[in-house]
Parts: sequence; structure tokens; C-alpha cells
Amino acid sequence: MSSELRDLYQEVIIDHSRKPRNFGKPEGANRNAEGVNPLCGDQITLYLKLSGDVIEDIGFQGAGCAISKASASLMTAALKKKTKAEAEALFERVHSMISEGPKSKVDPEELGKLAVLSGVWEFPARVKCATLAWHTLRSALDGAGAPVSTE
Amino acid sequence: MSTTANSVSAVAAGFDAAQLSKDFPALNQLVHGKPLVYLDNAATSQKPRSVIDAIIRFYEEDCSNIHRGVHLLSERATKAYEEVRLAVQQFIHAASPAEVIFVRGATEAINLVAQSYGRTHVQAGDAVLISAMEHHSNIVPWQILCEEKGAKLHVIPMNDRGELLLEEYEKLLTPETKLVAVAHVSNALGTINPVRQIIRMAHERGIPVLVDGAQAVPHLQVDVQDLDCDFYAFSGHKMYGPTGIGILYGKQRLLEAMPPYQGGGDMISSVTFEKTTYNKLPYKFEAGTPDIAGAIGLGAAIDYVSRLGLDAIAAHEHELLVHATEALRQVPGLRLVGTAKEKASVLSFLFGDVHPHDIGTILDREGIAIRTGHHCAQPLMRRLGVAATARASLAFYNRREDVDVLVAGLHKVREVFG
Repeated sequence: MSSELRDLYQEVIIDHSRKPRNFGKPEGANRNAEGVNPLCGDQITLYLKLSGDVIEDIGFQGAGCAISKASASLMTAALKKKTKAEAEALFERVHSMISEGPKSKVDPEELGKLAVLSGVWEFPARVKCATLAWHTLRSALDGAGAPVSTE
Repeated sequence: MSTTANSVSAVAAGFDAAQLSKDFPALNQLVHGKPLVYLDNAATSQKPRSVIDAIIRFYEEDCSNIHRGVHLLSERATKAYEEVRLAVQQFIHAASPAEVIFVRGATEAINLVAQSYGRTHVQAGDAVLISAMEHHSNIVPWQILCEEKGAKLHVIPMNDRGELLLEEYEKLLTPETKLVAVAHVSNALGTINPVRQIIRMAHERGIPVLVDGAQAVPHLQVDVQDLDCDFYAFSGHKMYGPTGIGILYGKQRLLEAMPPYQGGGDMISSVTFEKTTYNKLPYKFEAGTPDIAGAIGLGAAIDYVSRLGLDAIAAHEHELLVHATEALRQVPGLRLVGTAKEKASVLSFLFGDVHPHDIGTILDREGIAIRTGHHCAQPLMRRLGVAATARASLAFYNRREDVDVLVAGLHKVREVFG
């Protein structure tokens, strides 16, 4: 198997796609947003329980490829108890890592488990799969409520 | 897939796909360091050298506008363009070249009929009848029309194998139904629909039929007079020709009575600010400078396909389909989607719980190009209860070995996903 493929489909990715964490609507969720990738039919609904500026709880539902599900699962795990500002900052760093690859100023190592998403950069057609959950997060934080599309 | 497999394999025996694939420059390359195995022919086919050369020759030697210049280059370009119209007429067995209209592709052909014929004949309370397995290009133009007119869009249902239910179809042929629009071959499932019968049943009630032939013309002999279809739409790029060119066939009687689709140059006889007299067929529907090079490329593609013969192509592809169906059925966890009795060489499938996009990415790294997703047929995917499928679609230049590489690739997918 090519090393790029191994980078993309790391065990953590496969594991999170098969057993997504925080799958479902959390009790007391007070924000949600819808995200779709019309090209693949990937679809995600993200739920937040915000108390003040803090993400008390977070969960998602939906269907998609391994990359989009794992990305959503890893994201929800990383965002619990984080503030809105911290979530926004994480969005920026993850987005930069996935879309810019080695040119990015973000060192994947600093992102903990989310570093497994760095391999996506080698697969331009799959960047949208990995970023869908993150764009949906932004929409949920904005509270705008309009469905997010990767197109 | 039931038809005379023995007799067709006899025809296919002399067919040298490996040799033919050398005519297609794009097929002879490495992808991620592996020889390309191109199995995305239903999306677009590769182009033989003769098509590429014809386009280059036009731009290098004959480049000029058609139907107006008195100079030599324009004469040559006009002659070449109109000769392709004659070649298309022969290719689909149309009664007259006036019935062959150059368009951008099957999508534009269908939109032309919806906007010109449809807007004239479909009124509030009427219905347009399509099928459960249509490509978006044979759904959305009718939705736009129905919305504008207050008409209804009805859908012929299908069974789980992907075959249209003709008894249900018959019930939907009501007095309100003003047009039937149906795919000859399904892009997502490969089903070859019984269009001849569908047309006959509609005609018994005086309803005209448009056939979307985009997936049929590369694989089957099409005889529009024998089918007795009223309109037939197809694209050049799925039959080894260039993108940007396609054909609308229409019965002359219908086309004569239809208003123009677009206005502009070439589609007129005379223009004053008070009144324009439209040109005769087929020019009435060809406003503006067309894709002249595209038409010439299409002509070269028709030449190429005709030299091979569609019967030989169909025989080889059928044999490949039988082999591929058998080989894929033996891959544990693989489920074929679309198992109609009559099929073209399209294999849609699901593979365990692995999402089609992940399959596509892993196969790509093995040099194998397939399509993954909803195949521009979201209502069909919903009917099947799936978000997406992986699809391998075969052409005459594919070989049994390509199918074997695909199967090996699927074992790689299994490796990655454990």
C-alpha cells in the first residue's frame, strides 16, 4: 500500500469512522447546523449545547465517507468544554493543515489526535470530506442556521 | 444480460481490445505509478487519436466560420460540418438530415425539447412522464417546465433489480400525459430499457416520446425510425467524441411546428426590427456559431465506431459484462446494484460498509478510475435506499484483465478497512 494511502487511512481514522464518538443529539442541545457535500451526498447535522461561551456538549448525526465521519467524530471529541473562541481558533488551524499541507504554518503535532487528518492534504478530492464537519461547526457557532454546502 | 451470450461471444472472438486501446493516447499512461485502468466510461469516454487529429486539422487548416463566408476555408469548414450531419443521420438512421440538430450535449437537447416543444404543448393540469432511473438532465428540465406551467411530473416506478414496471407505466399514460421522457440506458444501473415497447404504448395513446440516448449510443445500434421515437438526445463525449457537442434528433413534422429555442445568427432567414423570419430546419435550432471543431471531432468518432461496428462492440462489451459480473459477485461483501436482465456494461456496487468515496480513492492509487457518488441520479439513489454507489463502466477498449485489476484493487480496499 502506498504511504500516502496509509497516511490517509490511519487506524485512528478507520476507528473513528466505524465507531464515531459523540454520535447523536446531546441532551439539552440548543444550537444545530446542517452541512452537505452535494458532490458525494455526505450529510451531517451538528448539535451544540452552549452555555454562555462554552461548548458544554456536542454531537453529530449523518452519513458519509470514512474521512468525513472520522473528521466529525474527532472534532466533537476535541471541542468539548472549549470556548467559542477556542473552537474558532481550532477551526482555522485544522483548516489550514488540511488544505495547505506542508505549506501550512500549523504543526500537526500540536493538534493532538487531529493530526491524523493531515494526510488528507495529499488527496485534493477529499479535502471537502474532511472539512465538512468544521464548516458546519462554524455555522452552528454563528447561529445563522442556513445549511452549509461545500460547493 | 440474457440475450444469446454464445452467439455474441463468437463475434467478440476477433476483437482485439488491447490493440484498440493503443489508439487512445490518454489510456496509455501511468497513474500514481500504475498503468491506468479506465473504468469511468459512462462519465466520459477517452478519445482516439483520429478524433484528436481531426480537431487539430480543423484548427490548423480549415478554421473559419460556417454558412456565411465565400472564401475557401469557410467552404471547407461548412462542407466538413454538414458532412458530419449526414454521418449522424446515417449513424442513427434518421429519415433526413433536417432532423439532426447540433447541440452542446444530451442535456441541451432535452432542454431544447422542454423549452420549445414542452412550453407549446404542456399546459396547466397536464403531466410529463419520466422514469425512476433518470439522470438529473432528464428530470430538472421537466421540473422547470412543470413549475412554469402548473403541470405535474409523474414517475414510472421500477423494481429492485432496476427494471421499469410496464404495467404501472401503462396506468400513468393518462389523457393528461403530454410527453414521455425516458433513458434508453441507465447511467447508474446499466439497465437497457425496453424503449421500443415504451414508445409503442405511448403512441397508442397519441403521446410523443423523448429518449435520452446518452448512455446508449456508445454501446448499441440505434435506429430512430425503427424505435419510432419522436426525439432522441445524445452527447458526443460519451461515444469517443469531444465534449461540447451533442445531437438532438426530432421527427421533422414535430420540429417544423416547434418555435425556436434560442435566437441569434444562422437561425434566421431575414431580420428587420419589426419581424424575423426563421430559417428552415435544422438551422432554426442552431443559433450562433456552433462548436464546429466539436462536430468535426464527433464525425471522426462516428467513423471510428462505425469501422469497428456496433455489433462487434456490443458483443465484446457483453462478454466483459458477464465476466465482470461473475468476478465481482465472488468478492466477499460486494453487492451489485442494478441487476436487470437487459444491461449495458455498467456495474454499480456497494462494498461492505466502506463508503464509495473511500473505495474510489483507494482504487485511484492503484491506477483504477471509477466513479463514486450519486451519478447525477439522486432520486434513483433514494429509491434504492443508498447515498451513493461505486460504479465501474466499461468500454470496448477494456479487457478482462482490467476487471481482474479492479477485483485486486477491491482486495486492497478490504486490506485498508480490515
